[in-house]
Amino acid sequence: MIYPAADLPLSVALAVAFFLLVGAALALIGAIGFLRLPTFYERLHAPALGTSWGIGGIMLASMIYFTVSSSRLVIHEILIGIFVTVTTPITFMLLARAALHRDRTARRDGVPRKYVGPEERPNPEDVSDAS
Amino acid sequence: MSAVIIYTAVAISQFMLVVAMAIAAIRMFRGPRAQDRIIGLDTIYINAMLLLVTFGIGTGRVIYFEAALVIGLLGFVSTVALAKFLMRGEVIE
Repeated sequence: MIYPAADLPLSVALAVAFFLLVGAALALIGAIGFLRLPTFYERLHAPALGTSWGIGGIMLASMIYFTVSSSRLVIHEILIGIFVTVTTPITFMLLARAALHRDRTARRDGVPRKYVGPEERPNPEDVSDAS
Repeated sequence: MSAVIIYTAVAISQFMLVVAMAIAAIRMFRGPRAQDRIIGLDTIYINAMLLLVTFGIGTGRVIYFEAALVIGLLGFVSTVALAKFLMRGEVIE
């Protein structure tokens, strides 16, 4: 049974509004940083704001709202939170490795080498094979 | 009073999330290389999921939660497939 939002206590409404606004503001800040940062490897960090506490804030707001409004414990939103927390590093690390692979193949400047240190740096033709 | 607070917060956060989706779409269309476009698509997926959950809070229905879960699953799988395509040139070898 879902009650309308007018029956909620004021403190619960304030908590729900606070977590909603924090989550949405973090998602917006992440998107703005994603638009404005100059290089790809810097841009990769910005949307993680939205996927860490953006998700966390909005899921907390939803959990509080549905728990109070249906007067039983509703925490199935934690599924989305756990899933996104687990999968976001996987996608971003895969994308970063793919971008690094493409940059090394295209021999761009400013990309870290595959081998660090002069003694283990192979010949340039080996580098082109290994990358 | 509490209904006014909750509906105002839902409206403001929906506006912020839509603006975030628009910004990610700008980066997806303009992005200089393919990996920028993929991260833009991933950001759009995440923000659409958050928008669905805020719709659920605004209407008081639980059905939006399942749609948000499906969107999260699809976003993860599509981003991983696109990253694999960038890395290897094909998705299933």
